[in-house]
Amino acid sequence: MENLSPRSTTTDLDPSDLQSVHMETKNLTRKVGARTLVDRVSVVIEPGEILAVTGPSGAGKSSFLRLINRLDEPTDGLVLIDGQDYRGFKPPVLRREVGMVMQGANLFPGTVGSNLQFGPAQSGFPLDEDKTNRLLVEVGLSGYATRDVASLSGGEAQRVSIARTLANQPRVLLLDEPTSALDETAARLVEDLIVKINRERRMTCVIITHSPDQAERIAPRTMYMASARLVAIGPTRSILHAH
Amino acid sequence: MLTEMLNTQIAVGLLQCAGAILLCLAVVSICRRFGVSVEKETAISLARGLIQMSIVGVLLATLLTGGLLVGAAVLLAMVGAAAFTTSQRFHELSYAFEISFLSIGSGAGTAIAFMVLTKGLSTDIQVFVPVGSMIIANSMNASAQAMERFRSDVTAHVGQVEAALCLGAVPSACVSPYVQTAVYASLLPRLDMLKSLGLVWIPGVMAGMMVAGSSPLYAALYQFVIVTAIMIASAIAGMTVIAVMRRRAFSSAGQLLLRNSTVTKQRGFWAKLLHRDAGPQPK
Repeated sequence: MENLSPRSTTTDLDPSDLQSVHMETKNLTRKVGARTLVDRVSVVIEPGEILAVTGPSGAGKSSFLRLINRLDEPTDGLVLIDGQDYRGFKPPVLRREVGMVMQGANLFPGTVGSNLQFGPAQSGFPLDEDKTNRLLVEVGLSGYATRDVASLSGGEAQRVSIARTLANQPRVLLLDEPTSALDETAARLVEDLIVKINRERRMTCVIITHSPDQAERIAPRTMYMASARLVAIGPTRSILHAH
Repeated sequence: MLTEMLNTQIAVGLLQCAGAILLCLAVVSICRRFGVSVEKETAISLARGLIQMSIVGVLLATLLTGGLLVGAAVLLAMVGAAAFTTSQRFHELSYAFEISFLSIGSGAGTAIAFMVLTKGLSTDIQVFVPVGSMIIANSMNASAQAMERFRSDVTAHVGQVEAALCLGAVPSACVSPYVQTAVYASLLPRLDMLKSLGLVWIPGVMAGMMVAGSSPLYAALYQFVIVTAIMIASAIAGMTVIAVMRRRAFSSAGQLLLRNSTVTKQRGFWAKLLHRDAGPQPK
């Protein structure tokens, strides 16, 4: 298995080309030594939805997200993507389709443009200048292609990080507290961008957030984790009210 | 008469050792000013060095009549000791000894074999072992420098490495900048050594040959061959250790395993006894 389902080349940026992905975890578990980081989490992520993941620090939220794109290996359980066990895909192929934006931007030294071009180059479909600029327009950073990443603000860097992930045309976007290090204004810009991407690209998004307000603003559904376990999942307002 | 002379030589040698140790400890204690506390490690290293060299002296005296096989066995044991020494600095890596042994052995082995085959190195044990040990020691340094640089670079850039993985890069592409710097870092001291040869230092082998009556020009050329062999051995050791370490830094599913928190091996009794300190600890 190479691609998750039929689609065009990696660099075709037409959002209508993308198909949303149905994801499911079954008893997903990760143990490291005596510690259980994720404990039998079973959840269905609907195609095209934004699902928020909340819970106290150390609840296993980031560990759960890292298992979904196989940055870490589950010790038990499985992840199904459109009904297929994700271990059937080559990890680089899986990670291109299930993109992940981390808490820190983690940009590579160089220009904004070279960061955007990194992912597509890995799959042998270089991102040309025109497509690079279109992506930057999409994330509100028009004309930033030649800027050195060292000169970016935290909010700009995080938007470049999102654009860099989008350059691979993933069909699932995992976001690990993408606004936690940003001020309110920058955080709102990133939030708006996530909602826009979800609407325009019909992209399934899973976002970890510590902010109940943020979860309520952007995610119709929320899952609440505590002590490595899934405690509850449902409409955001009722989950946040209960916890 | 001979016994008297030997006793005098050993007594003088011990006095010289004591002087060198005292000065070394005094200099090392000044390192405290820079926040580096290595007095204990230096004292242990000096004690080990003195004991080991004394044992080697005694061993060589008894092995002077041995042939190539005996010499090769001595060098092989030295490679093992070098790999053990290197691996103790990387006790969190379960594969540290095997990759150290492989890299030091392949680097030094290639250079020594080249020198023997081109008649650049005599198989006479009195020459074979000391020159071989110089090559092994430099391979050990290159291997340790490459490993340390690669480990520190990767663990300092875990976010970027994982970001690259998330973008669909294969593991080797994710760490390619750190591979380059690690291999270069391991070569730098040897390159400087080669550049400064004759200008900044005249190595011991050359001095020894001249004292023994060899032509200064031949002694110089021979020393150049040895230093070049050291460079060859170091380059092979550095590249080998990084090639293997790069592969072992990731799981078969392309997950980064080389992290600060990675503890895959507990230090054994002998390791604890022989190497109490693994280097300066952050305060």
